[in-house]
Amino acid sequence: MSEGITWTVYDADTMTQAEIYGQVLCDLGKINPRIVGLSADLAKSTKIGRFQDHFPERFFNVGIAEQNLFGVAAGLAKSGLLPFVSTMAVFSSMRAAEQIRTDICYQKLNVKIIATHGGASFGQAGTTHHCTEDIAIMRSFANMTVIVPADGIEMANVVKQCVDYPGPVYIRIGRGFEPRHYENEDYGFTIGKAVELSSGTDVTIICCGVTVFHAMEAAKVLKEDDKLSVRVLNMHTIKPLDEEAVMRAVMDTRRIIVFEEHNVQGGLGSAVADVIAQSGKGCAFRKVGIPDCFCEVGYPEDLYTHYRLDTDGIIQTVRDVMKIEFEEDEDWEDEV
Amino acid sequence: MALTPQEMKTLKEMARQARKDIVDITGWSGGAHIGGGLSVTDIMIILYYKYLNVKPQDPGWEDRDRFILSKGHAGVAYAAILARKGYFAFDQLKSFNKFKSPFGMHLDGNKVRGVDASTGSLGHGLPMAVGMALGARLQKKNWWTYCVLGDGECNEGTIWEAAMAASHYKLNNLVTIVDKNRLMIDGTTEEVMGLEPFADKWTAFGFIVREVNGHDFEDLAGAIEYAHTRPGKPVVIIANTVKGKGVDFMENQVKWHYGGLDTALVEKAHQSIDKMYAG
Repeated sequence: MSEGITWTVYDADTMTQAEIYGQVLCDLGKINPRIVGLSADLAKSTKIGRFQDHFPERFFNVGIAEQNLFGVAAGLAKSGLLPFVSTMAVFSSMRAAEQIRTDICYQKLNVKIIATHGGASFGQAGTTHHCTEDIAIMRSFANMTVIVPADGIEMANVVKQCVDYPGPVYIRIGRGFEPRHYENEDYGFTIGKAVELSSGTDVTIICCGVTVFHAMEAAKVLKEDDKLSVRVLNMHTIKPLDEEAVMRAVMDTRRIIVFEEHNVQGGLGSAVADVIAQSGKGCAFRKVGIPDCFCEVGYPEDLYTHYRLDTDGIIQTVRDVMKIEFEEDEDWEDEV
Repeated sequence: MALTPQEMKTLKEMARQARKDIVDITGWSGGAHIGGGLSVTDIMIILYYKYLNVKPQDPGWEDRDRFILSKGHAGVAYAAILARKGYFAFDQLKSFNKFKSPFGMHLDGNKVRGVDASTGSLGHGLPMAVGMALGARLQKKNWWTYCVLGDGECNEGTIWEAAMAASHYKLNNLVTIVDKNRLMIDGTTEEVMGLEPFADKWTAFGFIVREVNGHDFEDLAGAIEYAHTRPGKPVVIIANTVKGKGVDFMENQVKWHYGGLDTALVEKAHQSIDKMYAG
């Protein structure tokens, strides 16, 4: 399905995640006539407008009416089409939560949701436009897959793979000013499988979205200055979670820190915590994100610094966690 | 005259059967939305026995007409009619509402053959119907989408979001029918949340309105056939109905929105239905 479409650093350098999404969708639209696009007066902001330009008859703008947007998408999916719906994360995950749950997830429909302006990426817009709750909401819906790509290259991979991936998929991206991490698409992306970006045995950083870039920058410093062996897992798929990768990290490093641009309640950190708690294996664990408050107003980079989601914040958190000491023996059973 | 005498006879007979089935299922299940089930019966009977191009032996047939019961709580009527139409054995409905039954009071398309959209939460049907009608147009398919709403359901903003879209996209392959029985859970529609001038609202949203007696098959047939002329705008049929129609002690009674029936009441309800059709 996706053969012949390749994205490189050259594209990613000049295009945002959302723009890459729009372009990939156009490329896919040429070979798959079942793809239709929908938005609610945000075709331009969410970049699905590129699809509209190429396939005007296959694009529906329903106006500022997000609940209807997802109901219409459900109807189109029921008719055998493959809707890609773009609107801001806050309006899809909250304004239309029930339509996504009842019309789409309950009916197991092939609707792909691209939620833009997620997390604090539109920080200066204020609380009405922040979206730090969507992962918790979306991962609680049965049948839903939840993905947070790290950058534009990963976004291209997600869009291509989710065409043939059954059921509803929620894809959460930022506003378009996120740093790029990957050089090209060819790094073995698979929905539901974490990408180990750095191998290590002292501590594991689990991250997704914008925190991937900062985690890798932090890992370089920690390796160089602190002589630490840092494992970094890009956990792009929050649901279904790669539980095996989490447990391998627990067994190998015994120190786990999750960084995410989301409320610490219910997001990736909670998903990882569930797996560890159920395993009965003790480890040092931290969730770093928005600490159960409405996010402050400000430019995203200032907010990431404030909530310790930037490179320096990640370095400091890792250093704190390294102060925790464990028994030196390898016998886990006495610590369960 | 849109209907032949034979068609009229069949429709009346099937409606009488459906009403008695609805009463029976309500008795078996311990409770159902019987009032709204009885108000929508004739609308659904004429669709299933006169207009819907469907194949009960092949419920997923691609070219079938689509039907969405947006007022999903009337699932008791929907289930009875699908069973008699041949989608599944009527006896299966003895499990209605029971543990692990495929039949909850709001029908689930994943579990019940013939259900095109899982509904129940109000205000969801018309948006999905708009999507289905757009899907038909885009794929150059000739099937029709029929969507039945409750009047109380029209309190939901999503109905009007969808109405705006149906009008904007000039959906002339969609037939919207409102079962206007004037009663909600908490009282009359005008007491709880005024809807009037209801027809004018639809007109203002770009629809052509046909008001009919929702228990008169000739009236309903005339309006549906008018919609089939594709007059250039979407058509809404406002069908004036009586909640609890056919069961004298339920008719126009707010308290019979949802209820249960013991053996004696089932018998009494059957007698009332037979009397109505005898008269």
